[in-house]
Amino acid sequence: MAEKKLMKGNEALSEGAIRAGCRFFAGYPITPQNEIPEYMSWRLPQVGGAFVQAESEVSAINMVYGAGATGVRCMTSSSSPGISLKQEGISYAAGADLPIFIGNVMRGGPGLGNIAGAQGDYWQATRGGGHGDYRTFVMAPNSVTEMANFPHKCFEVSFKYRLPSMVLADGILGQMMEPVEFKHPEIDPSTLTEPDWALGVNNNRAKRIVKSYDLKEGGVEIMVNERVKRYRQIEAAETIYEEKMLEDAEIALVAYGISARVCVAAMKLAREKGLKVGLFRPITLWPFPKARLVELSKKMKHFLVVEMSLGQMVEDVQLALNGRSQLHLYAKPGASVITADEIYKAMDNIVKKGAKEYAAAK
Amino acid sequence: MYQGIKISGFGGQGVISAGYLLAQAGMMEGKEVSFFPAYGAEMRGGTANCSVVVASEEVTTPIVSTPDTAIVLNEPSLAKFEPSVKPGGLLIVNSSLVNSKPTRTDIKILFVPCNQVAGELGNGKVMNMVALGAFAAATGAITVDAIARALPKVYKKLKPEVIELNIKALKRGAEFK
Repeated sequence: MAEKKLMKGNEALSEGAIRAGCRFFAGYPITPQNEIPEYMSWRLPQVGGAFVQAESEVSAINMVYGAGATGVRCMTSSSSPGISLKQEGISYAAGADLPIFIGNVMRGGPGLGNIAGAQGDYWQATRGGGHGDYRTFVMAPNSVTEMANFPHKCFEVSFKYRLPSMVLADGILGQMMEPVEFKHPEIDPSTLTEPDWALGVNNNRAKRIVKSYDLKEGGVEIMVNERVKRYRQIEAAETIYEEKMLEDAEIALVAYGISARVCVAAMKLAREKGLKVGLFRPITLWPFPKARLVELSKKMKHFLVVEMSLGQMVEDVQLALNGRSQLHLYAKPGASVITADEIYKAMDNIVKKGAKEYAAAK
Repeated sequence: MYQGIKISGFGGQGVISAGYLLAQAGMMEGKEVSFFPAYGAEMRGGTANCSVVVASEEVTTPIVSTPDTAIVLNEPSLAKFEPSVKPGGLLIVNSSLVNSKPTRTDIKILFVPCNQVAGELGNGKVMNMVALGAFAAATGAITVDAIARALPKVYKKLKPEVIELNIKALKRGAEFK
């Protein structure tokens, strides 16, 4: 095995994108994701790629739209407020069926918020964020190694189904260092087949048009419905989750990203004290692993959703449980850190004191 | 073995680089590690802290909220992190700069005059290595040798004589266990 390397999450995401064939990056600085453009700025030229420090987030996403239209594997990244600025471009890319890749290293919000890690962009990432009927493939890593390997899957899904994809990380994952393992073989983009929609030099092939509009009556309806078919295929084939110790559990913690790491610590603590606890971790946030939660809800008594936001993912869990199990929420917005002790206390309250259910559940 | 470590002090004391070094050393010794810097709007003279985990099993969370060991290099850090140390844990106090006395009786407390020792070695900047040496010796979570071997990996541009000085500081720190 190659020598283990200690890497920051942001660097791992960048290197992972390049190894997945990314050859164009445009971005604009914002904490806590600045290591991504910094890394791309020296690494992309080494592999014959291009890095552009754009004059704004809006420019950056539109440069990526342009690169995406030529069929190149391309990426932009930002943190929460910057991702908000990119939403118009993301919607356009979704409308033009462009396989662009976006990294969001979330920070506290709304507004300028703060620069610490948070999970407040769940709704924005999974509901589209921009205008119109569309979906984005969203993956939530919980380690530096996953930061390194998820761009591969994102590009694969983006190109197979033609939609934007996103890694939804947070400031903690971006800044922390862990030994990293790259699990996929490196992709040389010159060996990839040019997509049959990509723009470029036309050597007497049929004319190709990339656009996000159709002004004919009923034209957009046809475009959206065609896209929905692909969304259904993604839901059926690309939903990913992880389970830990759910077999005998009375309480299932449900958490993604960095919160899921804290949940593992809480689970160990609880098991030492005799509470039967397991963890369900959605890895794709869209498509959300609803079907598996439906199955689990048939025998699991309690679900406790843990998130570093005011209670966003809990709504997806609620839709899946549909009242079959008791649903609870431990939420901490504003980029404050959740501790294992707090989660343990919340579980203890549920089991021993019959804590109230998530209010909106009734 | 599972050691959650908090290192805290002024920006410029080498808090972040000591944490990075510890994680690198742990990894090179075949342990599971993580490192997470608190990266607020810090500057030289402001406060900085970082979380490090060195463990023989999987690292659960990289955010250390109840440390097994807290290393406090300045006065404000003592007030901030003494209460968070796990009962039975270890508190390493830089007695060169921390005047207040810790009040906990359920933890082990180790006073190390980091700045004084570093000064005796001829370079005050290696005070963070004195603290790491004391940590290694007191906890056994990592060896001084491993930290020494990690030095050139983390500080890629350091001259050999400066690395040597850092190793001396680690060894002097280890005498305080």
